[in-house]
Amino acid sequence: MKILVAVKRVVDYAVKVRVRPDRTAVDTASVKMSMNPFCEIAVEEALRLREAGAAAEVIAATVGPAQAADTLRTALAMGADRAVHVLHDPDPARPLLPLAVAKVLRALALQENPGLVILGKQAIDDDCNQTGQMLAALLNWPQGTFASKVIIDKDKQKATVEREVDGGTETICLDLPAVITTDLRLNQPRYATLPNIMKAKSKVIKKVTPAELNVDIRSDMEVVQVDEPPKRKAGVILSSVDELLDKLKNEAHVL
Amino acid sequence: MAMAAALVAGALRRGRAGGARNVAGEALRRLVSTLVVAEHEGGLVKPSSLSALAAAEAIAKDNKVSLLLAGSGPALHKAAEHAASSHPLVNEVLVADSDVFAHPLAEPWAELLHSVQKKGGYSHVIASSTSFGKNLLPRAAALLDVSPVTDVTAISEPRVFVRPIYAGNALCTVRYTGENPCMMSIRSTSFSPNTESMSETKVAPITQVDLSFLSEESSSKSSWVNLTSQDTERPDLANARVVVTGGRGLKSAENFKLLEQLAEKLGAAVGATRAAVDAGYVPNELQVGQTGKIVAPELYIAFGVSGAIQHLAGMRDSKVIVAVNKDADAPIFQVADYGIVGDLFDVLGQLLEKIPDKK
Repeated sequence: MKILVAVKRVVDYAVKVRVRPDRTAVDTASVKMSMNPFCEIAVEEALRLREAGAAAEVIAATVGPAQAADTLRTALAMGADRAVHVLHDPDPARPLLPLAVAKVLRALALQENPGLVILGKQAIDDDCNQTGQMLAALLNWPQGTFASKVIIDKDKQKATVEREVDGGTETICLDLPAVITTDLRLNQPRYATLPNIMKAKSKVIKKVTPAELNVDIRSDMEVVQVDEPPKRKAGVILSSVDELLDKLKNEAHVL
Repeated sequence: MAMAAALVAGALRRGRAGGARNVAGEALRRLVSTLVVAEHEGGLVKPSSLSALAAAEAIAKDNKVSLLLAGSGPALHKAAEHAASSHPLVNEVLVADSDVFAHPLAEPWAELLHSVQKKGGYSHVIASSTSFGKNLLPRAAALLDVSPVTDVTAISEPRVFVRPIYAGNALCTVRYTGENPCMMSIRSTSFSPNTESMSETKVAPITQVDLSFLSEESSSKSSWVNLTSQDTERPDLANARVVVTGGRGLKSAENFKLLEQLAEKLGAAVGATRAAVDAGYVPNELQVGQTGKIVAPELYIAFGVSGAIQHLAGMRDSKVIVAVNKDADAPIFQVADYGIVGDLFDVLGQLLEKIPDKK
């Protein structure tokens, strides 16, 4: 079985982003970019399933501008076998929406016939948490979102997924093929070693356009403006617990 | 030549849209009807779903709301009765009673939502941004070929919304320009149910949903195995009035018991940072942050929390923030209203001593 993993290039999670003065977007020029952390976990999980014998091949895919190829190289250096780069230059006023990405991934899934597609549960830039669910719907496959544990039964063609839900941990069982999205606690992604980074340079990244996949990248969302969140007024440092209790009771009135 | 034609066409489109906006806005307001996908527990509609009703009110004052409840058994019907008198805008309660909905599996639920939307032709569909809503709504949206808006925190026009991006470090205002329905998940801490309007007595009719759309296939591809939940006496983290949170500074699961004692006295919920969860001090459903729960209580007390971007994303809208940390440079102090620089165990001990037991 093949596993298709979707990865996204985003502003590095440790960067404190700034809103552009013209309020059209967040400033991403000359900011460190990395693979979305949830996507790293997705790649790692796919590699572990391959190493455990549950899968034969791991294909990484991304939709994005030319620079997004770096993110695919990272996935290849971690151990993915090959990659597909769907070239798309987004218009900042008309963001690339999860539905369009899901349609692209659906087209790739129909070409590659994977037994499993693994995605991150959300991208840390748009914080949408939609693409995996939408892909599952478009393929009419079952979905296991926010996965913290995945067990594949190859003979029965089933996946058992533990999910992080509001009340605790839920376990569900899915028929393969299925779509899984990763939560933070699914695994600890590996670092790419230098020899593997070198090896990744010779691995194949196939480039395609959405048009070649017959996907119309439509955006039904217009960014009106982007603002800084309201600043909180400066607080005070207190010297004792008594003072704190007094302030909470008599100034803030919350006790 | 072709490019010039495209430009003219673009200008025409823009001109039309611009001129027609006010008229269209008026028409839109008149035609607003909303489907709220509600969750229920123990025969009651969950508070997060009541927040979704408040969001429906924010879309239009005279919004006609249909409230959809699904599940099976007597608890569902009790919840339907609660739903029927939960908000004056509720025009009807739709009930889908089937064993297929006994557990929150996205596959049959999305088909249900798809079918109910096709029949009702609502202009808006709202669910709360719970793990249930996030799992279900995008799947249903893809079946309807529309793009939903995640985690809406404010509604300025029927199709213009504010939502946080980049872990709440920016607020993005978006206009939805697609087909109906306009689908969204709302951040429940941003919409508080209007208790005044809730007290009006109005009971909406309850209608059973025709379930003939359900195929064998929809319920066969996935199955529910079990739910491991933490039994807790505490109020629900997402809706608690007071939240006390511990970070890596708590040092052990044993020490978290001290936080629980304080929470007991304050009638508070206990939260945690990712570091505390990863270290195994507490289960992951207590995590507050970009990837965990979003809370906005009246009082948020953070012990041994440094204040990473991802954690702040989950609590920066709290009314009053108190931070206790021995590191005076910890970023948490930049958002705290009151801070104490010192040993958290010392402060915790004194608080336990000085706060009287809750009656």
